[in-house]
Amino acid sequence: MKKSEIGRRTFMKAAALGAIASPMLNIKTTYSQSGAFNWKRFAGQSIEVSLTLSPRGDLLRRHEREFTELTGIKVGSEIVPEQQHRQQAVIQFNSGNPQFDVITISWHVQKRLFGKSKWLVDMKPLLADSSLTAPDYDFPDFTAGGLRWAVQGDGRMDTLPLNIDPWMIYWNKELFAAKGLAFPKTFEEIVMAAEKLTDKSAGQYGWVSRGLKNANVPVWTSFMLGHDMDPVNPKTIQLQTTTPEAIAAGEYYKKLNKDFAPPGTVGFNWNESQTSFSQGKIGMWLDGIGFAPPLEDPTKSRVVGKVGYGIMPAGPKARHSATFGDGIGVPVASKKKEAAYLYSQWATSKLMCARLLQSGGGSPCRGSAYSDKDVIAGLKLPREWLTCLQESTAIGRPGLPEISPVTEFRDVFGVGLTNTIGGADVKTELAKATEAFTPVLQKSET
Amino acid sequence: MNGGPRQVGAGYKSQYLRFAYPALAITAAVIVFPWAFTVYMSLHDWKIGQQREFVGLANFARLAGDERFLESIGHTLYFTVLAVLLPLIIGTAAALVFNERFPLRGLFRAIFILPMMATPVAVALVWTMMFHPQLGVLNYLLSQLGLPPQLWVYSPQTVIPSLVLVEVWHWTPLVMLIVLGGLASAPTEPYDSAKIDGASPWQVFRHITLPLIMPFLLVAAVIRTIDALKAFDTIFVISQGGPGTASETINLFLYLQAFSFYNIGYASAVTIVFFVLIVILAMVLLWLRQKAKWS
Repeated sequence: MKKSEIGRRTFMKAAALGAIASPMLNIKTTYSQSGAFNWKRFAGQSIEVSLTLSPRGDLLRRHEREFTELTGIKVGSEIVPEQQHRQQAVIQFNSGNPQFDVITISWHVQKRLFGKSKWLVDMKPLLADSSLTAPDYDFPDFTAGGLRWAVQGDGRMDTLPLNIDPWMIYWNKELFAAKGLAFPKTFEEIVMAAEKLTDKSAGQYGWVSRGLKNANVPVWTSFMLGHDMDPVNPKTIQLQTTTPEAIAAGEYYKKLNKDFAPPGTVGFNWNESQTSFSQGKIGMWLDGIGFAPPLEDPTKSRVVGKVGYGIMPAGPKARHSATFGDGIGVPVASKKKEAAYLYSQWATSKLMCARLLQSGGGSPCRGSAYSDKDVIAGLKLPREWLTCLQESTAIGRPGLPEISPVTEFRDVFGVGLTNTIGGADVKTELAKATEAFTPVLQKSET
Repeated sequence: MNGGPRQVGAGYKSQYLRFAYPALAITAAVIVFPWAFTVYMSLHDWKIGQQREFVGLANFARLAGDERFLESIGHTLYFTVLAVLLPLIIGTAAALVFNERFPLRGLFRAIFILPMMATPVAVALVWTMMFHPQLGVLNYLLSQLGLPPQLWVYSPQTVIPSLVLVEVWHWTPLVMLIVLGGLASAPTEPYDSAKIDGASPWQVFRHITLPLIMPFLLVAAVIRTIDALKAFDTIFVISQGGPGTASETINLFLYLQAFSFYNIGYASAVTIVFFVLIVILAMVLLWLRQKAKWS
C-alpha cells in the first residue's frame, strides 16, 4: 500500500504501537483505538455482500480481505451493474429471502421504496449499542448532507452514508480563454458562454449533457433547483412539473442541448458526453462530480490539466447542486445482521472514506476525509476539484424526487425532454408527461 | 416362463407411461405453469411491493389505448421487416457467389460467416462506438468517400435502419449458409436444359434457382423473423429504445414495464399480446413454406 493512501498521522500511530508494516497496518491501527472493542466477536461467520458496479464497489471489494483479517468474518461479494443490481434487489427482497447480508443502494432511486417496504434494518439501535459499534467510529463525523439522505421520512436510518454525488460543470479552460470568457455565474451566463463557444464549422460546441431519456432528467432538475423548485413537492408529494419554474428549466435544457450541443446529443448518456468533452472540443459539461479521474488521465483524455471544475451557477431564485448518493444497509431478513453491521461500519469508516476520496472514485460523507491534511495530500486530482466538491455539497439538494416510482418518473419525463431537443414544445411535453405520470404517483403514494 | 411374444395392451402401455411422467412434470413446471401464471397475472393489477388486485381484462383494454405500446408494435414490425428482408436478399446474393468455384473460396466463405459467431452484446458494444457521431469510424469512412456525417442511432429518423444494419452484418451469414445448402442440393438437369434453350442468367435465376431455393429461403425467413421479433440485446445496448421512444420495440416496452417499473400484471398482458402476434406471423410463414415445398 502506498504511503499517500495511509496518511502520515495514521502511520505514526501504527509505529507507536509497534505494529509491523503490512497492507493490514492501516486498518489495524485505525481500530486499535477501540480498546476493548471486540471486532472478532463474530469470527467464523460468512456474509454475502451485494455491491453496485462503481468505483465504490471496486474499492470495497479490493480491501475486503482487511475486513476478514480484522474480524475473522469471511466475505463473499458480488458486483452487479447498476440497473441490474436494482432489479435484482427488488426481486430478491420481494421473495422474502434475499441472498445477501449487506447491500449498497442508490438513495436517489431506491430510498423511498426501501423505506416504505422496510426491507433494511434500522441502524440507530445498532449505532447505540457499544458492543457492536467501535468507539472510534465517530458517528458525528458524518456530514449533514449524507445523514439527510440516510434517514427515512419516519425517522428510521436504514443505511449508513457511503457516498454523495453532487453535479457540477466541467469546463474547458483553454476554450474559455480563447474566447476571453470567465466561468458563468448564472444560468443566463451559461447560455451566453455556450453560444460564444459554439463554432459548428470547426466542430466545437459550447455545451454537452445527457439527452438520452431517463438519464437526462437530472440535467433538467439541476436547472429546476436553481428556480427553487423540486419536481415533486416533498411535503405534499404533488408533481410540480408544469409550474412556470419547471417550464423555464425545460427551456434552458432545450436551448443548451438543441442549439449548442454536438449533433446526436439526443442519444447521449454520461459516457458519450464524457467522450466528447475529453476530446477538447466542448466548452461545458454538466454531470456528476465522479468523472474527474478519466478526464485527468492522459491515456483517456486530451484535456488533462485544462479542465475547470465549476460549481453549478445560480439560477434566478437559488443556487443548488443536484445531489445523488449511495448508502449501505443490512436486510431485515439477514440471519447475520451483527456481522453484516460490522461490515457496513468498516465500509463507512474514516479509513475507507479517506481511500474513496483519494482515489477520486466518490465523495465520502465524512467531514474528516476533507479536513485531514494527509488525506488531502494523497489526493490524485486537482485541488480545484476538491473545492468544487466541498462547495457543491454545501449547496446540495436532491436531484430526484423521493418517491417509489423514480425510474418511471425518469422515463416518462425523460422522453418528453428528449423530444424537446428535437424541437418539441417544452410546455406541451411537460404537460403530457405530467398527465401520464400523475396516476402512477397517486397510486404509489396512497 | 412364457417364451412367446409379449402381450401388447392397455396394461402394458400404462406400465411404460410412467417413464414419461418426469418429462411431463418438467414440461408442466417450466412451460405450462409459467404460461398459466402469466395469463393469471395479466388479469391482475400488480406492481411489485403493492397489493395485487383482480382487474379482469382491464390490462388488455389499457394496452389498446396505450400510445407508447401501439408505437412499439409499429417499431417492431418496421425493424422485423427490414431485419428479415435485407439479410434474405444479401444472403441469397452471397450464396450465389459462394456457390461458384473461384480461388480461395473456402477462405472467403469462412471470413464471411465470422460475424455470426460473435456474442450479440459484444457486437452491440463495438457498433455503439462505431456509431458515435463525432468519433465513430462509420462517419470517418463516409468522410473518406466525400459523404456527409450521419447521426445513425442518435437520430429518431435513422435509429431503426442503423440497428438493422447491425442485424444485417450479424445474421446475413446464417441466411447465406441456409441458401447455400439449398443450392448444393438443387438438381443440375434444369440448368442444363436452360443452357440449351439459351436462357439468360436472370431467367435462370428467376425461373429455376429461385423456385428451387424457395423452401430454404422460407426456412431462413422463419428463423430470421423469430430472431428479429425477439431482438432485445442489440437494441438495449445500443439505443435503449431511444432516442425518446424511437426504437422502443415490444420487447423493450415489456422489459421496461416488468423490470424497470415492476408493473407485473401489465407486462404479463403485453407478453400475451406479443405471443399472439408471433404465433400469427409464424403460422403465415409456415403456411407459405408448405406451399413452396418441392412437388
